[in-house]
Amino acid sequence: MLTTFRIRRFNPEMESPQPYFQDYQLVTERSDTVLDALIRIRETVDESLTLRCSCRGAICGSCGMRINGHAALACKTKVASMVSSDETIHVEPMNNMPVIKDLVTDMAGFWEKIRQVQPWLQPTGPAPEGEYLAAPEAMNHLTGVMHCIMCGACVSDCAALEVNPDFVGPAALAKAYRFVADPRDGNSSSRLRELNDPGGMWDCTRCMECIEVCPKGVGAMDRIMTLRAKGIEHGVPSTCGSRHTEAFADIIEQKGRLDEPMLAVRTFGLTNLRQLFSFLPMILRALPRRKLPISGPLFRPIPGIDRIRRLFRRAKEPR
Amino acid sequence: MKYAFFPGCVSKGGCPELYQSVKQVYPRLGIELEEMTTASCTGAGVLQEKDLRLGDILNAHTLALAEEQGLPIMTICSTCQGVMSQANHRLATEPGYLDDINRVLAEEGLSYRGTTTVKHFVWILLEDVGEEKLRQAVKRPLTGLRAAPFYGCYIQRPSAALGFDEQPARAQSLETVITLLGAEVVDFPGKTRCCGMPLLTINEPGSLQMVAHHTSDAKEHGADVMVTPCPLCHLNLDGLQTKAAKQDRREIDLPILHLPQLLGLAMGLEPRALGLKRNLVPTTSVLEKLGVA
Repeated sequence: MLTTFRIRRFNPEMESPQPYFQDYQLVTERSDTVLDALIRIRETVDESLTLRCSCRGAICGSCGMRINGHAALACKTKVASMVSSDETIHVEPMNNMPVIKDLVTDMAGFWEKIRQVQPWLQPTGPAPEGEYLAAPEAMNHLTGVMHCIMCGACVSDCAALEVNPDFVGPAALAKAYRFVADPRDGNSSSRLRELNDPGGMWDCTRCMECIEVCPKGVGAMDRIMTLRAKGIEHGVPSTCGSRHTEAFADIIEQKGRLDEPMLAVRTFGLTNLRQLFSFLPMILRALPRRKLPISGPLFRPIPGIDRIRRLFRRAKEPR
Repeated sequence: MKYAFFPGCVSKGGCPELYQSVKQVYPRLGIELEEMTTASCTGAGVLQEKDLRLGDILNAHTLALAEEQGLPIMTICSTCQGVMSQANHRLATEPGYLDDINRVLAEEGLSYRGTTTVKHFVWILLEDVGEEKLRQAVKRPLTGLRAAPFYGCYIQRPSAALGFDEQPARAQSLETVITLLGAEVVDFPGKTRCCGMPLLTINEPGSLQMVAHHTSDAKEHGADVMVTPCPLCHLNLDGLQTKAAKQDRREIDLPILHLPQLLGLAMGLEPRALGLKRNLVPTTSVLEKLGVA
């Protein structure tokens, strides 16, 4: 099939360098991956096309790039799965990191954030005579996150990082979970306190892009949610994020459905009246439109709330 | 076509015009609804941050209620849809999990067999009502109106839990409906991205930046209006658009319609009946474009 590859190019050595798109046409086979095609373009059409790859088998994580708008490993993506005949396939470098040249990004910031979560085991207490032992059932849940090959796909498509470059990001948080949840690690509480800081686990916007694009099924966002649960369990200082979660759960337990104004008041608390009042113009516009929800004691629980409350209580009982 | 109707908290709270408009349109499509009054909130992914299993217990309760009624569930919120789909997926795929949850439900005399399907209204339009019937319901085609879709994360990801493998057309469902209603689809890169709502509590400037970016980007791509199947996205994109525009020092003024509002306009219903005066960004430009004002 004849396929057009629209590739985002960037050469820093050009005079006033600017990214631009360049089209290449190539006959592709059903078995071709995007990486096969890119290598063929480089070898037979344009030797200046720059990309990074190594294993060609979805193990090394070198060939992360955006294919038709989403991050993926070029070696794991079949051309035929992305486009039909005569369609154009868009190939761009990963997002949320600087571009060095063409499809090659600078991963220094990525690694810096991985280091930030101290990705090594920190056991406490006296060292055992032999190895640190852990029961297989205590480690099974970590196998998914251990599959991470550090390709950067989750970081590339992270919506929270786009608006906050200081966010530590999904890859580093998934790595942090790997140690927080390791039964041999002794520093879970201090790790969770650090992850509770601005830019940490509460800065994820729960968009699930990281889950969707991960070529290894790590499910970074699910790990971030577990970190939040563990943080609350360990009693880390409250943040707007944790207060929001706690208040949400309380309201559902009491009413069965959401009392939105109450949630806002309890989330921002009396410590952040300024933020609460900043919503006043919106509230004033909502009022004449009869859009301001009933709140507090006037907000009635759903019929059958007793059952919902019992379910809450039973969920807390040991299994 | 009868469904157990799960309206979700926001259609009964911050976005009453969504509830109002869906009530106007569904009887005209041959749909029957029985509202689930004793079902709790899904947890919206927020309660799940604290206790995933508790969230799954609450959703299994809702799924079991519908199963008892022998009805599939209809949602009108991307987030409700996604959270219930994910719970249903975990109950179906994680060994022993359904039994664990059923032990909790048993004390209420309930048991979930795993047979309830949960469908968003936008999927029902295409899969159950069908294109032909939907076309017949259109009395005032939205000719000339350029509409940008905005899905909401939970109805796009994770695709494995949303049945995209069995129903691949779901990924493009909004575009298909917009076209069937006679409007022109405005494609733009942000249509499947995050609206910023979950970030609002912890990073308000970042959340508003997402609102400003997506709405202005859709407008720059030529949109007269944006349409969403998610009331949480609507709260941010409509409710906070003015604040976002101020932060970004630009004018945006892009009307954001709930899907049933757009559908109702195409059915020839009165704007007031669809609650179009209740949207915070005025919808007059849309009505003028359609010659309804």
